[in-house]
Amino acid sequence: MSWVNAIIQGVLLGGLYALFACGLSLMFGVMKVINLAHGDLAVVAGYVAVGVIAVTHIPTVWSFVLVVPVMAVLGYVLQRTLIQASLNRGLLTPLLVTFGLSVVIENGLLQFFSANSHSLNIGSLVSDSISVGSQISIAYLLLVIFVVAVVVLLGLQYFLSVSRQGRLIRAVADDREAAQLAGADYRHVFGIAAAIAFATVALAGIAFGMYSSFDPTIGTDQLLLFAFAAVVIGGLGSLWGTLAGGIILGVAQQIGAQINSADQILAGYLIFLLVLLIRPQGLTGARTPS
Amino acid sequence: MSAVTAAAASAAQETTVRVTRSRRPAGWLVLIAVAAIAVLGYLPYVVYSGTTDQLVNVFILLTMASMWNLLAGYAGLVSVGQQAFIGLGAYFVLIAAQHGMNPFAALPVAALGCGAIGLVVWWLVSRLRGGYFAIATWVVASACALVISRFASLGGGTGAPLPGLSGLSPTLLTAYTYWIALAVTVVTLAAVYLIMRGRLGLVLTAVRDDEVGARSIGARVWRARQLVFVVAAVGCGAAGALLIISQLNVEPTAAFSVQWSAEMIFATIIGGIGTIEGPIIGTVVFFVLQQTLSQYNAWYLIILGLVAIAIALWAPRGLWGLVAEPAHVRLFPVGYWLWPADEPGPQRRRLGGLLRGKRQARDASAAPRRSRQ
Repeated sequence: MSWVNAIIQGVLLGGLYALFACGLSLMFGVMKVINLAHGDLAVVAGYVAVGVIAVTHIPTVWSFVLVVPVMAVLGYVLQRTLIQASLNRGLLTPLLVTFGLSVVIENGLLQFFSANSHSLNIGSLVSDSISVGSQISIAYLLLVIFVVAVVVLLGLQYFLSVSRQGRLIRAVADDREAAQLAGADYRHVFGIAAAIAFATVALAGIAFGMYSSFDPTIGTDQLLLFAFAAVVIGGLGSLWGTLAGGIILGVAQQIGAQINSADQILAGYLIFLLVLLIRPQGLTGARTPS
Repeated sequence: MSAVTAAAASAAQETTVRVTRSRRPAGWLVLIAVAAIAVLGYLPYVVYSGTTDQLVNVFILLTMASMWNLLAGYAGLVSVGQQAFIGLGAYFVLIAAQHGMNPFAALPVAALGCGAIGLVVWWLVSRLRGGYFAIATWVVASACALVISRFASLGGGTGAPLPGLSGLSPTLLTAYTYWIALAVTVVTLAAVYLIMRGRLGLVLTAVRDDEVGARSIGARVWRARQLVFVVAAVGCGAAGALLIISQLNVEPTAAFSVQWSAEMIFATIIGGIGTIEGPIIGTVVFFVLQQTLSQYNAWYLIILGLVAIAIALWAPRGLWGLVAEPAHVRLFPVGYWLWPADEPGPQRRRLGGLLRGKRQARDASAAPRRSRQ
């Protein structure tokens, strides 16, 4: 039964990873940028939430109402300045710039908030769970995060396929020059896409802060790599692939933890490397990544 | 770029153009290099061990930055996972020392072992490009750290001290460490220079300037990248081995820390990516900034990160590019200069002529003088 429990926990955890991953996937899909500061931005969102809660005393679960818009604006501004500037300067520059950004953010957080870990206190919700039988217990929090992740992915899918802005984003992603000829301001569209990506990463950062404690280094040590692993396992360009990738990563980690509690993270990486080896385009991808 | 690549060099054979390696005679640079190495080698006799310890750190960073420059600056492989080989190099030395081998003798073995691992890792990541490659190498490094910290015999997650050096007096140990570090750095720079002067260097320069163009003239880009990746693994393995020898213990989170990548990337970008001189200048600048800002904790990495971002955006050739490019200065002549027949080319001064005479004669015979049709 403990194996079934591990798999259920892994699936739910996969929702959180998919939430982390969808912003990374969106930015790569539209701007062709792998944002190496992605994990750190989630941590930034966590610290912004800590600050917002301390100042306004709003309930923790509602902090996203303020944090998500702040991160979205930050995303738009960063995209229109640093990331756009790096995009104009060749293939390597965006990687170097976002990596530099990642180091600056991580050490900035260390400088101002110290290496102590923080968490977002949500009272009893963190431990409340539904018990099924004697061995299986499903934490409300993870269940809520999973539902949020699915809703966000659904919303994103709907937004990209139906709304005017969404179609504009897809047009620019498919063929930037043609979209420009048709009158689209691709820089603005890139900004919107980055704002959406940062909004999802803000949600993920808050959710992670409720689920576990975080410190300035966890963004690069774990979150970026988990998000990227979920994207690669699932395959680029498919939001449902990202969800599947997150779930596979989560299940692999939980099964690894079941074998040996020290092996949780390693098991996730091994699955990632295995997928890279036998199916580099991911589960849903049709072509090899370039 | 002042360097013209393969196409122009072969075109030169059909005209009366003479090809030389540098614009000015460069033989005197060899003397400067020999003198610099001699002075650096003599240092342990005249300075305190604190200074040589600092210089060991400089040498380690310089080795790593040169390797990363070879990867990203020439082969277009932005690796954020070189700390895998730094950590493995350190742990290979630890394993060898635990089995009774002298740590200094274990250094080359550890470096070659990292080369073998590099070949395996390359097989795993070779299909990936850009950001994919960057994060995949990073994941490999994290996985290596997790695997290593599982071995209780290697100290698990808390690390282990390096045995086998307790017989040496502290003074002698410091001096030996310094000389080994100097040797590793000199060998690394010489290897990079020789690679860049040879056929592989020509392919790499072409890839750096225009990958599609390089492929279209038949350059074996994949093979060149594989070789560079393995060489970089060997170099970073040696740097890791130096690390454990200079610190006398090793700890997985520190040895496999992504901070190594940050340091080698920042040093290379600040100095000038895609030149051999860049990492040298960058390492010096990095180290001076680190020393000046060290009392402000994390600030040095914040400032270095901001400087690196600014340079990547607004001065992509780095500090060396800003200084050297207008002046046509090259400390490591790896390019080609074309000289029309009616121009005498670099003046053969006594020293330069002595050291370069043979080479120039061969270049001249490779480009037979024919009157233009």
